[in-house]
Amino acid sequence: MPVPDGAVLSRRGEIVAALRGIVPGEGVISDPASLRAYESDGLTAYRQVPLVVVLPETTAQVSAILRWCNAAGVKVVPRGSGTSLSGGALPLEDGVLLGLSKFNQVLDIDYDSRVAVVQPGVTNLAITRAVEDRGFYYAPDPSSQIACSIGGNVAENSGGVHCLKYGLTTNNVLGVEMVMMDGEVVRLGGQHLDPAGLDLLGIVVGSEGLLGVVTEVTVRILPKPQTARALLLGFETVERAGQCVADVIAAGIIPAGMEMMDRPAIHAAEAFVHAGYPLDVEALLIVELDGPYAECDYLVEQVAKIATANGAVTSRVSTSEDERLAFWAGRKAAFPAVGRISPDYYCMDGTIPRRRLPEVLRRMAALSDHYGLKVANVFHAGDGNLHPLILYDANQPGELERAEDFGADILRLCVEVGGVLTGEHGVGVEKRDLMGTMFTEIDLAHQQRVKCAFDPQLLLNPGKVFPTLHRCAEMGRMHIHHGAVPFPDLPRF
Amino acid sequence: MADQEILRPNGTDELVEAVGQAAARGQRLEVRGGGTKSAIGRPGRDTALLQIQGFDRVIDYDGPELVLTAGASTPLAKIETLLAQNNQMLAFEPFDHGVLFGLPPAATLGGVIAAGVSGSRRLTAGAVRDHFLGLRGVSGRGEAFMGGAKVVKNVTGYDLPKLLANSWGQLAVMTEVTLKVLPRPQTVQTVVLSGLDERQACLIMGQALGSQADVAAAAHLPADINGGLALTALRLEGFEPSVKARVQMVLEQFGATASCDLLPPEASALLWEQVQHVKPLQGEGTLWRINVPPMAGSEVTERLKPYGARCLLDWAGGLVWALLPTTDGGQEVRDVASTLGGHAMLIRAPEALRRSIPTQHPLAPGVAALTQRVKDGFDPAAILDPERFI
Repeated sequence: MPVPDGAVLSRRGEIVAALRGIVPGEGVISDPASLRAYESDGLTAYRQVPLVVVLPETTAQVSAILRWCNAAGVKVVPRGSGTSLSGGALPLEDGVLLGLSKFNQVLDIDYDSRVAVVQPGVTNLAITRAVEDRGFYYAPDPSSQIACSIGGNVAENSGGVHCLKYGLTTNNVLGVEMVMMDGEVVRLGGQHLDPAGLDLLGIVVGSEGLLGVVTEVTVRILPKPQTARALLLGFETVERAGQCVADVIAAGIIPAGMEMMDRPAIHAAEAFVHAGYPLDVEALLIVELDGPYAECDYLVEQVAKIATANGAVTSRVSTSEDERLAFWAGRKAAFPAVGRISPDYYCMDGTIPRRRLPEVLRRMAALSDHYGLKVANVFHAGDGNLHPLILYDANQPGELERAEDFGADILRLCVEVGGVLTGEHGVGVEKRDLMGTMFTEIDLAHQQRVKCAFDPQLLLNPGKVFPTLHRCAEMGRMHIHHGAVPFPDLPRF
Repeated sequence: MADQEILRPNGTDELVEAVGQAAARGQRLEVRGGGTKSAIGRPGRDTALLQIQGFDRVIDYDGPELVLTAGASTPLAKIETLLAQNNQMLAFEPFDHGVLFGLPPAATLGGVIAAGVSGSRRLTAGAVRDHFLGLRGVSGRGEAFMGGAKVVKNVTGYDLPKLLANSWGQLAVMTEVTLKVLPRPQTVQTVVLSGLDERQACLIMGQALGSQADVAAAAHLPADINGGLALTALRLEGFEPSVKARVQMVLEQFGATASCDLLPPEASALLWEQVQHVKPLQGEGTLWRINVPPMAGSEVTERLKPYGARCLLDWAGGLVWALLPTTDGGQEVRDVASTLGGHAMLIRAPEALRRSIPTQHPLAPGVAALTQRVKDGFDPAAILDPERFI
């Protein structure tokens, strides 16, 4: 992380007083015991107590806080529910932590236009809860949906098990109100579909809290499908399971969800929740179809045929809602299940072209031997998003470091086969230093100039995403082309 | 302009050189692929023409991966044919603007992405930006760079493809693009409701989209553009048994409200082709593309009627194509769009009008300033046709 600024640390009293001037009462937290509650997010290996926490309640307060911090040169880290798995909300010792938890209202629901306008602290699941009595829901469903906030989802462009068919957050958000670091409030998007100019909303979603603080979100809501049915399919090899996935898609079927688990993950899940998973298979697929009854019946039959053709040794179709949920129970509990068989685990999030899966799993097994650490795999099979869970024990000296090195090697492998470092968890602090494996300096500079357009002093959530944050004045320089300076006659300063 | 300088760089290195030289000289560039959208924007800009050609190879296409990578100047028609042969498609339904301007179809993949061209299915399947995964290109700085990736699920770094879609080439010249592709529906049928006015139509389209019938597209042709008979079209697509069931759901939902007919696949395709290329609104005048919240669509048509506008509604009312007989003014259209929470872009208009008003809807001051700063980052010498929409 950036070296803390001693001058800012020494001004702590003044900063706290200024924030109290903007947010009265209990909205400013400065005592050490209470600050500790904010020291980490979902990536608990990293901890840092913030300088001070502020919990504004209105857009005007957010604007005043950012304007003051911008003028005073004080860094700000925005935080939703703090469930980031990449350290996106990791505090800074010399930074204000700006929590959006008090922005917890559903402001408007328009069923005719199928949109909901909500404050950023509303949880992902609460949006669905607010509209489900009318038969609607909000589609993106990250595993943390009971706790994670929609503002955090916007920052991270969160996905979920249904995003192959229904898209990520970016495909389901229509507009935001956002406060920039200088305090200016802008509206990007709205209830219409396409932008009038550049798609700034598109760049804000997934920008990991580096471009602005979102204070209102307009999302698309969808009618809940008539029904959903799932198949539980077991295979003797990962190759066969992978081919089954490819054949389902080649048949023109985009399932609502298509999840794969490897042998260690199956065993851990079964031991934990007794979902009835077969224990003699190398790969398990859960394929979920949703839509009208007629469609689900037809597609279940098609998928079952494809599975048989690929040598499935287990093939069960859910015949009731309870059974469908039982199929999912093991998958949904996979992370805690692995947590039971190992003191600690480290969750990775690379995406690969699906056709490279067998090779990637083979090489991951070799890495597992090399590092002497076990790994269990759960996999969003439809879109190639891998979640290897590396098992380690933080109490054994050196194991955390070994787990991190193993994880970095897995991500390098993902990039090497044509994939990416992160499919849905974000770069944060966790994968920041690996950005160079995917992007050149020039690629990163093109991204960072976007940051400069929003936050030229680089005060908002620094230390995340970019391995090095170059000063914006430096970034703005045109490179000299064949010795010729552009517009040599223009004054330069 | 007959004497416009034309640059035809061959390959990325020459493109980098050409853009870098232009930046050094302060020479503005009009970036052109197929040229089907050349008549959009302010005429008579002082630019050299940068013709993008030779980037027309399909680089990687693996159907079950749902990903296609191709050169930016690959003809759209070639890509659509290739995908159709593999029972796949670009789900955002891009179309060729050549048809709107009486030109032969020549749109390129890079052109439809840069102009954010999405058709009727955009309503439910998303726009270009939702299917645009990655790119290689040369920014106005004369630097080759890449953004995004070649897999369907990625959140690594900023989502530059979103920014490049609909940027009209004002940030960078794209050379290679990666798109998400999806299975083509096995069958398509359309339920048409007759005789509804615009207000009723918007309401019904909204209700249909809020139902479990999984309507893929919804458009309304008012009586004055359809030979005196208003038609409201609800498109259902997918696997045969599913479409059959969903057609029944729609008929049951609206059968009592209006006279309903079912168009079989061929007739259905014909109707949507008309909507896609705005065919009922050919002819003299000025053609506007107006984006509003869906329920405001009928209000747009209502408020533009006094100006003699004839309209076609797509995206369940959220997209209004309006043909105005006048060849001047335009502020009234902008005002209507702004008031209703949307924006209006001038698509087809005489040169004089395109000279007198900006083609794109003016942005709120804060957003305009932010947009300019983002552009400055990619194109600090302001050579990528900065006057086109001013």
